[in-house]
Amino acid sequence: MSVQIKTVDLTPKRQTFAHVARRLGGDKPATRYQEATLDLQATENFHYKPLWEPQFWQYDTRKTAVVMADWYKPLDPRQYYYGSYNIARANMQSAGERNFTFVEERGLLATISDAERARVTSLLLPVRHLHWGSNMNMAEICQRGYGTAVTAPCIFSAGDQLGMAQIVSRIGLALDGQTGACLAAAKQGWMSNPAWQGVRQMIEDTLVQRDWFELFTAQVLGVNEVVLKLVYGALEQAFPESGLALAMLTGFMADWAADETRWSDAVLKTVAAESEANKALISGWAERWIARAVTAAEPLSAALLGDHGAAARAAGDAARGHGRKLGLAL
Amino acid sequence: MTAKKLSLKQRYEFLTRDLDWEPSYQSADDIYPYDKFEGIKIKDWSGWEDPFRLTMDSYWKFQAEKERKLYAVIDAFAQNNGQTGVSDGRYINVLKVFLTGISPEEYQAHRGFAFTGRHLRGAGTRVACQMQSLDELRHVQTQIHTISHYNKYFDGMSEFPIQHDRVFYLSVPKSFFDDARTAGPFEFMVAVGFAFEYVLTNLLFVPFMSGAAYNGDMSTVTFGFSAQSDESRHMTLGIEVIKFLLEQHPDNLPIVQRWVDKWFWRGFRLLGIVAAMMDYMLPKKVMSWKEAWDIYFVEAGGALFQDLARYGLKMPKYADIATEAGEHISHQNWGLFYQLCHVAGFHAWMPDAEHLDWLSAKYPNTFDKYYRPRFEMWAKQEKEGKRFFFNGLPQLCSCCQLPMLYTEPGDPTKTCFRSSVFKGTRYHFCSDGCKDIFDGEPEKYVQSWLPVNQIFQGNCGGATVPEVLDWYKINVGVDNGDYVGSPDEALWNAWTAQRFSEAS
Repeated sequence: MSVQIKTVDLTPKRQTFAHVARRLGGDKPATRYQEATLDLQATENFHYKPLWEPQFWQYDTRKTAVVMADWYKPLDPRQYYYGSYNIARANMQSAGERNFTFVEERGLLATISDAERARVTSLLLPVRHLHWGSNMNMAEICQRGYGTAVTAPCIFSAGDQLGMAQIVSRIGLALDGQTGACLAAAKQGWMSNPAWQGVRQMIEDTLVQRDWFELFTAQVLGVNEVVLKLVYGALEQAFPESGLALAMLTGFMADWAADETRWSDAVLKTVAAESEANKALISGWAERWIARAVTAAEPLSAALLGDHGAAARAAGDAARGHGRKLGLAL
Repeated sequence: MTAKKLSLKQRYEFLTRDLDWEPSYQSADDIYPYDKFEGIKIKDWSGWEDPFRLTMDSYWKFQAEKERKLYAVIDAFAQNNGQTGVSDGRYINVLKVFLTGISPEEYQAHRGFAFTGRHLRGAGTRVACQMQSLDELRHVQTQIHTISHYNKYFDGMSEFPIQHDRVFYLSVPKSFFDDARTAGPFEFMVAVGFAFEYVLTNLLFVPFMSGAAYNGDMSTVTFGFSAQSDESRHMTLGIEVIKFLLEQHPDNLPIVQRWVDKWFWRGFRLLGIVAAMMDYMLPKKVMSWKEAWDIYFVEAGGALFQDLARYGLKMPKYADIATEAGEHISHQNWGLFYQLCHVAGFHAWMPDAEHLDWLSAKYPNTFDKYYRPRFEMWAKQEKEGKRFFFNGLPQLCSCCQLPMLYTEPGDPTKTCFRSSVFKGTRYHFCSDGCKDIFDGEPEKYVQSWLPVNQIFQGNCGGATVPEVLDWYKINVGVDNGDYVGSPDEALWNAWTAQRFSEAS
């Protein structure tokens, strides 16, 4: 037996918006992701050239060297629109909150030795600045990119990078009893510790990158796949007293990396598959920025693991292998 | 020695602006190439007061909570066919105007705040801008999801993105936001953050949402309530921007004043569409445009500018002209829509007797004297089977892009024409406000993609009205023309008849 509530049945005139139906190949029910994404950005009849960049329209396919017949091909396999994105992140974050409570209640970071505290300060906390630079890059791709399918997930990613910078900052505040002393010391390290200078130079170089798809490639395959993977993968080995607690507190980063990669892989793969020219361009960018990231991360890897940079090189190899799976010539 | 625990304010700074650093491998001017050419002088970005203190974890949590509630209502609305419960089928036309004219601008704001969220040199400012960029994306997406259900039953909404790029009256909001997006980052902040979100939001957002509440549109009004806390954050950002710019350097004052004057007037012209909506399109009226203007601009705006006087900022130029025009613009605009609805993507209609009396009561100084006779004449012509349509193409103002239909300040019987000559070509304007804006940046406004001029140049699908409407993706006989006799009306009447037959 089932309960059946009788409702008025009205016949709709159409299932979805016409521009969505054209893309679905007919008038069929569309998902919220599709209705909130497809063809949302204006494409023609712009009124004024930007005062700050008069060679382009504010939305202009020529802001990158790669060419797509349709920038709504690189879709988001996670099907994020604002609502589903925020709900997914709130869920991820609530697990992280429980971990912060757990670590704080047991004093897992308060009881570590001064030497360990100094090591975490100098080798983990500065990564918050790398997240901040990454946040700027994703905001840049959002503003500069073309087509909502690619640009909307970029502002989500920018929010993620800021969120992760804040998680690392909270670890710093937990280390020093909420005084900010560790974060201040970490910033000094970011500015002058040789272990970080390659990474800082690399991220500063990305901040002046004007081709937004090259920037995307550099961020995804260089920063995310090499540097961030190296840092978060090294915690337990690099910090013997606090590694497990730090791994718990940065659980968000692991969840995020899996989630982000699903999307960024789809974008890279689709855009590279569009043409031989795209594939060659992206492969060249990937080669260059992975190599940059490896060189940048070697001293950091050596400082974290005492491995003369072997883990950085391994991360680079993994990133190249990853790129090859996406169809890049690496 | 124990260091002091951070205050909440300091803690927030550690979680935001302290993430920033002084670059040394690249120059700051290369990293932020766009924030100097406007001439704004910032002595010290650390003087920025964070308008709200929201970390990403709280942001995700609050916003996710709001989204869960909002989508529950949207789902319930669809499941229960809430669209049959609105006050009248005419009301849907408000949603058509909103989805084609306003929602795409939320999107533009999203991208614009991503621009300032990346390119302003102050890190605290960037964080606030990025959150607004996220919020604006939320607004356009939730508006689409809210209105999606109406689109399944009513016409005129299904081609909103392409119409926003092409249709003549939609170039009014589009050119407004293109203007802001193509301005420098500080002007964008003043245009959208201050003039639009702070000074004028109560005249845009609130009328639509209150209109939804009064007219049984539970879905849209729930969006409105859900967006309220976002909007109040946006307002605090808008006011902080103005205060910060004025506090930083006295040389900023004349620049900011020019922007405030410009964006007030552009905003006022854009809001003329809302004025017509409030006075003519809502079957159940919230208040008149003039009442809204008096409350939200004359009183609230007056108090705001009194407060800002300590920085030397004055009331926007032509505020008095705008207030005087408040007696006229809704009637003039509805008259325009009425005459042009055969080439528009929504329906128009003649106000009935009760509605005309409401207008007389709300506009005792002007309605009976200037506008009632016009509407009564049109109504008479309709009865005689001689429904009047304007069959030419109207001349457009080279700034706001509205047809040149507004009247002289102080003389509502005379159309206002202004013009300027730039590089040997004459450009026409609907008002002194629009002429001033053009004269301030003629190189910018000569680029305007004026829809009527584009039709004459053959860039809009063809030389005939059916060809142009086809290019506009306006489905003739369905999306356009009078409400009376439209498929929307037929559907609404069928639902109403069904309701009565079931009730009896």
